Order: sequence, then C-alpha cells, then structure tokens
Amino acid sequence: MGKLAIETRGLKKSFGKTHAVAGVDLAVSAEGVYGVLGPNGAGKTTTIRMLATLLRPDAGEAQVLGYDVVRDAQAVRSRVGLTGQFASVDEDLTGVENLLLLARLLGYSRRRGRERATDLLDAFGLAEAADRQVKKYSGGMRRRIDIAASLVVTPELIFLDEPTTGLDPRSRNQVWEIVRGMVAEGATVLLTTQYLDEADQLADRIAVIDHGKVIAEGSSGELKASVGAGSLHVRLRAPEQRAEAERVLAGVLEVPAEPSADPAALSARISDPERVARALAELSRSGIDVTEFALGQPSLDEVFLTLTGHAAEETPEEDAA
Amino acid sequence: MTATTAEQASAPVTEDALRSVLLAGERPSRPGPVLTSLTLGWRALLKIKHVPEQLVDVTMFPIMFTLMFTYLFGGALAGSTQAYLQFLLPGILVQANVMITMNTGITLNTDIQKGVFDRFRSLPVWRPSPLVGALLGDVMRYSIGSAIVITLGLVLGFRPEGGAVGVVLSVVLLLVFSFCLSWLWTMLSLILRTPNSVAGVSMMVMFPLTFVSNIFVDPKTMPGWMQAVVEVNPITHLATAVRGLMDGSVPAGEIGWVLVSSVLLVAVFGPITMVLYRNKK
Repeated sequence: MGKLAIETRGLKKSFGKTHAVAGVDLAVSAEGVYGVLGPNGAGKTTTIRMLATLLRPDAGEAQVLGYDVVRDAQAVRSRVGLTGQFASVDEDLTGVENLLLLARLLGYSRRRGRERATDLLDAFGLAEAADRQVKKYSGGMRRRIDIAASLVVTPELIFLDEPTTGLDPRSRNQVWEIVRGMVAEGATVLLTTQYLDEADQLADRIAVIDHGKVIAEGSSGELKASVGAGSLHVRLRAPEQRAEAERVLAGVLEVPAEPSADPAALSARISDPERVARALAELSRSGIDVTEFALGQPSLDEVFLTLTGHAAEETPEEDAA
Repeated sequence: MTATTAEQASAPVTEDALRSVLLAGERPSRPGPVLTSLTLGWRALLKIKHVPEQLVDVTMFPIMFTLMFTYLFGGALAGSTQAYLQFLLPGILVQANVMITMNTGITLNTDIQKGVFDRFRSLPVWRPSPLVGALLGDVMRYSIGSAIVITLGLVLGFRPEGGAVGVVLSVVLLLVFSFCLSWLWTMLSLILRTPNSVAGVSMMVMFPLTFVSNIFVDPKTMPGWMQAVVEVNPITHLATAVRGLMDGSVPAGEIGWVLVSSVLLVAVFGPITMVLYRNKK
C-alpha cells in the first residue's frame, strides 16, 4: 500500500447539539476512488468540508496529502480540487468567465487562463455553452462545469461531494466516465454518495458512515462478504409446496429460508455457496419442481441494512451543514 | 448518433481531451493579494454586466429620493425648492451612497447561500480577497450612484461653489467612507442566515443612521437628546464635510472626523469579519 492521501483520527464536528461528525477515522491511500457512503445527514459533507479546510474540526486530526488541514491549510488548498453543492460556480457568469476567473485567481495570465478555460470546456463537452450563463445550463452540464472548475490547476486529490445526486441516468453515466477518466490518469478521488450502486461501481474502497461515524470499511467485495456470501432465490412450480421447500432448504443450508412476497418463491441467505448445489438436488429428490433459481451477491443495500439496522435511504434529511 | 437537443449537441466528454487537460501539469505561481482582489472585483463588474437590473438601487433610488425630498419638503423647509436643493443635494449624495453599501452584505450572503463563497474559500489565495474584491466592485456602484445624483442635481439647478474639484473630492471622500462602512455589512452577512434577514437588519441600522443626521434638516429644531445623537453620528460629519467641499471650502476638522471613523469601522469590523469568515460553517 502506497502513501496515504488522507488520514484522519477522531475527527469531530458539532453544530449546536447535533454531532454531525462524531469521531471519524479514515485512511485513504493515494490513487483510485475512495467512497464515503451514507444516507443524508450521516456527516459526509461535514467531513469533506473539514478535509477541504472549509470547516475547522472541533477535535481530532486530519492530514491531507501529508499536510495538516488546520496548520497547513494553504498547502492543502493549493493541492486539492473541490466539487460539491457547497462549492459552486457563479450562476450569473458564463462558463468561460467562471473558469477564467478561477484561472486568474490561481495565477494564470489572462491569455493562458483563457486557453486553459477553453481546453477544459472542450474536454467536458461544454464548448458550445461557453458563453452562456451557468444558470441556463442543464443539471448534467452544471455538474460538469462544477467538476471542470475544480481541475483548473490539476489537483493531486479531488473531492467530489455527491456528484450525481439529482442527475438523470445519462448525465450520471457521463460523470462516472469523468471519474473513471481521472482515475486512469492517476488521480485520487474522494467521493461521497448516498447511492449504493455508485459506490459499488466507482470506489476501490468504501467507508460506510452513519450518524457521524464510520461503521464499516473495506472494498465493496469485503463489505458484501461481511454480511454473508449472498442469497439463493428459488421459485417453485407449485406454491403449495413452499412450506416443504422451506424445510428442505433450511435443512441443507443450515440457515432459515424465508418466503418471498411471490407465493411460489422463497429465498435464503447463504454462508457457503457449495451447499447451493446440494440444496437444489435435495429439492428435486423431494419431488419439488423448481422453475427458477438465482444466486445473488448481496447488494450494498443489504450491507447497509445489516450494518445499521435501517435502510440507506430512509433517514430524514438533515445534512444541512 | 444524431444531435438534436442542445444537451445532446454538447459533445460527450472525450477521454483524450480529458487526459490532455489533466496532464497539463501547469502550476502557475500564486498571485499576490492585489491581483486576486482585483480579479474578484472584476467578477463583480461581470455580474453587473449580466444582471444590470441589480443597479436599480444605485439608479432609481437616488433619483426618487432627490426628486421626492426636493419637491415635497423644499418649500416648507427652506422657503423654496431651489434653496433646499442647494442644502439637500450633498446630503442626498451621502444618503444614496450609504444606502448602496447595504447591497454588499446582501450580495455576499447570496454568494454564501449558493456555495460560490466556499469555492473561493477553498482556493489558495490571500484570504480576504473575496471580501475586498466584492468591496472594490462596489466602488463602481458608488461611483455610478454618485454620478447620477450629481447629474440630476445639476439638471435641477444645484450649483456647487467648489466646482468640479470640490465635487470630485467629495465623491472620493464618500467612496472611502462607503468602502469602510461596507465591512459592517460583510460582518452581518456572515452572521445572518439569509439575504432577506441581512436586508432587514441593514434597513434597521440604515434608516436611523441616515435620517437622524443633518442630511435632510438642520438639527437646530430637534430636541436636545436627538441633537446629541446627530452630533456623534458619523453620517452627520460626512454630510457636513461633503457640503463644505462642494461649497468650495476645506472643512479639515470634519474630513478628519470622517477619516477617523472610516479607519475605526475597518479596524473594528474588518477583523471580526475575517474571524467569522475563517470559521464560517
């Protein structure tokens, strides 16, 4: 494992009585995508704002690219790029004006700044919208200009705070392509998301965060494995045989089988995929006809449910900070 | 693939182009505070270009106030509108400028709400640049407002004895004071949650500040306690100084007062603003 891009120990931040971040420990290695997954109000945005030096931690320590976020804030700022609903471009200005403004602030000459802005707009498919006010952009274009704005000087680390929230599937795919493209060039990306499939698709490692704490950490495969090998789903020809099938499956798999909403179907969490073949053979020997069966990896939804005791999307919105 | 809508017409992100912008490893050296502040001032001017209706407060309000006060009160207060205009115009100029400063806080608060401010805060630039830049942009607004009031005054018959020099000097003094007073609004905008509440609180400060002064009437007829308030109000000294300059005299004492209160405003509200800015949640 290479050097760490981000390391935090006991990071805390409260707003009044709300403990938005209640002791977060992260170790993010350089290169690749690290996903921070959690529902609204879990403390994702607050964590990123602290790492990006926008918010001072109440307690704990955080190093970004080896620099302390409080003591060496300027050093951090000059090395990271930030994209999120909280770090936005100016809607009144045009796309090219926004990027030129940032380029000038980062030290580009007027001429080089304009070239850089044009290159970025081209790369993000916004060339035609360059002279349009950003408030007239579609959601997907808006997200792309936000990402472009964080790349005016190529950062060593990019924070993407919920980059696809509220996007249609096509625009979401474009953002995913951008993230994959950045990673292919060796960038390190810290991505927060409340979408399980997004973390699954993009992230090499995932921290699951809930109520301001990391409740699980690992690769998507490891997280899935931690809740079992997956589930066996079986559909019977005759619904009246379900009770018997339940008994058979429970006997072989040594875990309870559960009836599904479909009166002819049932499923069981499995710990050992080896037993599945035996279970199916046992069903056939008992004279139970199976019309369909499927072996599924557990989804991150199930992971989340297992880890937190509640589903990922049901927590009420409170991520105002 | 056929491109029909505007969204589709914008070419999808291409891997090669993305690679080339990411690999352009240019790291320009960090610009100084003056350049970053001026750049952010340029942003304020761009916003005026794109949203000219935001100039309503620097154009319509001064015109409205000048006309209303001259013709409503002129006859009653000074015997004739012409005589009153001679007294009122420098005062209205002060009031217009001081009113325009409120916009600073409202704009800043909008930037904070929309997240534009955090984008600037996340950059490795001299920390006060976004604030100073916004204030520099506002200097343009004050200048526009002043030009409108003075032009309208001249049209209505205002004749400054101090000539062009007196007028220019008084506008410069106004710009200095307005720039310094704006720090009060930047502070408020970092404390209050919404642009509306910033506007509300600003009004509450602004009305007594401008009306309980010698802008509209000679304070001689006011009760003693109010005269005392008028006497310490920096707006009174500003109005007196501007009147003096436009009248062709150099009221050094009053100018001194204005400059001292300007320095005090920045000395008090500047650091508070910066602390709030640094710790903004």
